[in-house]
Amino acid sequence: MINVQHISKSYKEIQAVSDISFEVKKGEIFGLIGPDGAGKTTLMRILMTLLIQDEGQATMGGFDVIKDYKKIRKMVGYMPGRFSLYQDLTVEENLNFFATVFQTTVEENYELIKDIYIQIEPFKKRLAGKLSGGMKQKLALSCALIHKPEILVLDEPTTGVDAVSRKEFWDMLKKLQAKGITILVSTPYMDEANLCNRVALMQKGKVLNIDTPQKLVENYTRKLYAIRANDMHQLIQDIRAYEKTDYAYAFGQYLHVTGNEDDVEATEFESYLIQKNHTKLEVFDIHPTIEDVFMDRMGEQ
Amino acid sequence: MCLWIGWGNNEHLKEMKEKVIEVKNLVKKFGSFVANDHLNFDVYQGEIFGFLGANGAGKTTAMKILCGLSAPTSGEVKVAGFDIYKETEKVKRNIGYMSQKFSLYEDMTIAENIRFFSGIYGISPSDRKARQDVLLQNLGLESSKDTLIGSLPLGWKQKLAFSVAIFHEPRIVFLDEPTGGVDPITRRKFWDLIYEAADRGITVFVTTHYMDEAEYCNRVSIMNNGRIEALDTPEKLKEQYSAKNMDEVFLKIARNTE
Amino acid sequence: MKQFIGFLRKEFLHIFRDPRTMIIIFGLPIVQLLLFGKVINSDLQDSRIAILDQSHDNTTQQITAKLLSSGYFLMGKELLASDDVEDVFRSGQVKMVVTFGPDFEKTLEREGKADVQLLADASDPNTARILTNYASGIINDYVRKEKMQNVQLPNQINTEVRMLYNESLKSVYMFVPGIMAMILMLISAMMTSISISKEKELGTMEVLLASPLKPIQIVLGKVTPYLLLSFINALTIMLIGYFVFGVPIKGSFVFLMTESFLFILMALSLGILISTIAPNQMVAMFISLLALMLPTILLSGFMFPIENMPLPLRIFSNIMPPRWFIVILKNIMLKGTGITYVWKETLILMSMTFLFIALSIKNFKIRLE
Repeated sequence: MINVQHISKSYKEIQAVSDISFEVKKGEIFGLIGPDGAGKTTLMRILMTLLIQDEGQATMGGFDVIKDYKKIRKMVGYMPGRFSLYQDLTVEENLNFFATVFQTTVEENYELIKDIYIQIEPFKKRLAGKLSGGMKQKLALSCALIHKPEILVLDEPTTGVDAVSRKEFWDMLKKLQAKGITILVSTPYMDEANLCNRVALMQKGKVLNIDTPQKLVENYTRKLYAIRANDMHQLIQDIRAYEKTDYAYAFGQYLHVTGNEDDVEATEFESYLIQKNHTKLEVFDIHPTIEDVFMDRMGEQ
Repeated sequence: MCLWIGWGNNEHLKEMKEKVIEVKNLVKKFGSFVANDHLNFDVYQGEIFGFLGANGAGKTTAMKILCGLSAPTSGEVKVAGFDIYKETEKVKRNIGYMSQKFSLYEDMTIAENIRFFSGIYGISPSDRKARQDVLLQNLGLESSKDTLIGSLPLGWKQKLAFSVAIFHEPRIVFLDEPTGGVDPITRRKFWDLIYEAADRGITVFVTTHYMDEAEYCNRVSIMNNGRIEALDTPEKLKEQYSAKNMDEVFLKIARNTE
Repeated sequence: MKQFIGFLRKEFLHIFRDPRTMIIIFGLPIVQLLLFGKVINSDLQDSRIAILDQSHDNTTQQITAKLLSSGYFLMGKELLASDDVEDVFRSGQVKMVVTFGPDFEKTLEREGKADVQLLADASDPNTARILTNYASGIINDYVRKEKMQNVQLPNQINTEVRMLYNESLKSVYMFVPGIMAMILMLISAMMTSISISKEKELGTMEVLLASPLKPIQIVLGKVTPYLLLSFINALTIMLIGYFVFGVPIKGSFVFLMTESFLFILMALSLGILISTIAPNQMVAMFISLLALMLPTILLSGFMFPIENMPLPLRIFSNIMPPRWFIVILKNIMLKGTGITYVWKETLILMSMTFLFIALSIKNFKIRLE
């Protein structure tokens, strides 16, 4: 459904995206994962026909993003960052407005948005500006879906939204996927990668890796240890000072640590730390998360 | 003096440390809407205190009250030992504040920003010079003191904003979602700075949407519908809610009460 | 069409939900008009003057009587020698001194001209200008009516227009057309430019662009509500002018409104042009205020006569749309003339409208950059 070939784009001196290629199949949830400045928004705007790339080609549903922009604008639902809603219109008015813009009515496509809209319907007379982040997000998604798009492009839909709303949002995306909608979504939250079929890890305008979340993790071949002790701050300083440590970063309640060579064993870290008088010490090897993979690839860059 | 550091062990904290934030029956109403419904909590010197909650749970309102930007409807609040009603100016002198939205003036250089904030807090020029050198050295920015903030990457801006927020050695620093939008490595490097500050005895009061960051706090409070639903160490909260991680704890609390 | 109606509905909701917009649109014109008309009334009454009459003949006494009975001037002091002139100004007793030369009547009858000197305290130049204007107007009037001779008076200020079409010398006649031009310009151009740039700022423009809406639909949808509102404004101003200040409408009312409509259209297209340049509301506001409001007040001939401006400004005033509109308004309202007298100005406004529309369409982007 989406085909991106060697897309590059720069603003003045800043290279926003450089030489990005990927494909998204019909009915797939494809994630662009990366921090601010990774080029996610620029790439999405190119695909949404809002920006023109400097180099490369891209098609959406078979239509060229430059030549056939009018066709793309009819068949794609778009939710830009910051939920672009009219703050001074009510929930209902926003939805009706976007329906007329796309030459349809809310009733006509109610089936598609029903699951989502039903959650905000009790507040339909409320101004969009007075909604909570989670409700704004649901309204914005309803607005993007109102014309039954074949492709949905969502730019950081979960940023600034609390964990509960984030989880609900992904559940909704799964349901939309089941209805055959292709979804391109960007997020700075690494843990959301696991909810996509395939992801592109992005950093500073470049793609670090493209694969399924499972494969990305499997392809991480280095040994990774989780370590914790009573005094975590001292632990992180000691472990970083250790000559066999490549990097050590906090991951929730543990440190994730890799050795500078692959044959550094858990026992080596353990004995070093015991020698440093750490108590309640736990060292064991673990499977990496997407975030580990990302940080590892970032380190290589 | 025993500095209390790290995450996961604060058994001896309560006996040893002075309370820097005391909140008793804090209520804040906007018309008939109750944003903060009888909040009660204390925060101790040198602690990293995580202040979590769903959107609209009342976090921002409570934080504004603690910073002296908004007056409570009722209740007793003391920050850095000062009464929030009567000694607002003293409270403001003893706290630092940094948020994702406002950090530093983009069109001023690093040195100019430091000079400006030093001026606000009445730091003498000689002190400023000395502290500025230390700050730049710690961040590895010695050669860029005349760089415009606007031209720095987001990660650097955040680190600088934090360093400037604690430049006047406040007793408490309030961080409102300080790590939004940066890559995982930069995010962790930012937390290194938070630990250092806590090491020096500065209390850190932080809100975040990253649940793994909640684990790095000494104690975490979770707000929902204007009330504090849970307040304890991450360890105990996980035990209490029989959850694998803070994400689960958060989901359970926020879902239960909806 | 349904798309367009949906868009219009949304625009009207924006306008009616925002108290500030409502105040600017409906409160501002009335307040401005009343302020200019009543409070900052630059019509001077009972200004003290001194008279130095070196002739003391019939004519000078009659002129003096005319001046003092006009309601604008009061006798402050009668001077005996020209040395006293400076003293009387210094002490601040009077604002103007009228000096008749020796043998005034005789010279006038013999040579067909005589010297009247109007000395005004120009430390307040505006007042000075108005006072000398009035005085020379009254003197001219007297001479023309009473003497029926070709008499040249020394004052260079052209008072003919006022004397002919504004016999009571009321400046409110000047202000009503001026304020009308200013308000219509401000509301039409500023409000449209702000409302478009607001969408850019809030990111909703991104959604509109990414939708099947055509740029022309977006632009028309933005313009239509303000076209209507501005038209209501034009009517309001006209009515207040007529009923409250008694400003006459001698020409065709329909023609007047047609010209106003043209002017509003011009201002709206200018507003769209501004919004294609401005990235956010603040810039749009600044451009509107700096580029539209101040020049409208200063350079359109509304406050200061264009003839008295230095040449560069006089040339510059030609590109000020309100300048032409004010001429049209005055012609229709005060002189009662029709299209035959204002076709040139109308044509200028029309060309400006087309130019702005063309530039806006060229500048309006179907994409973000």
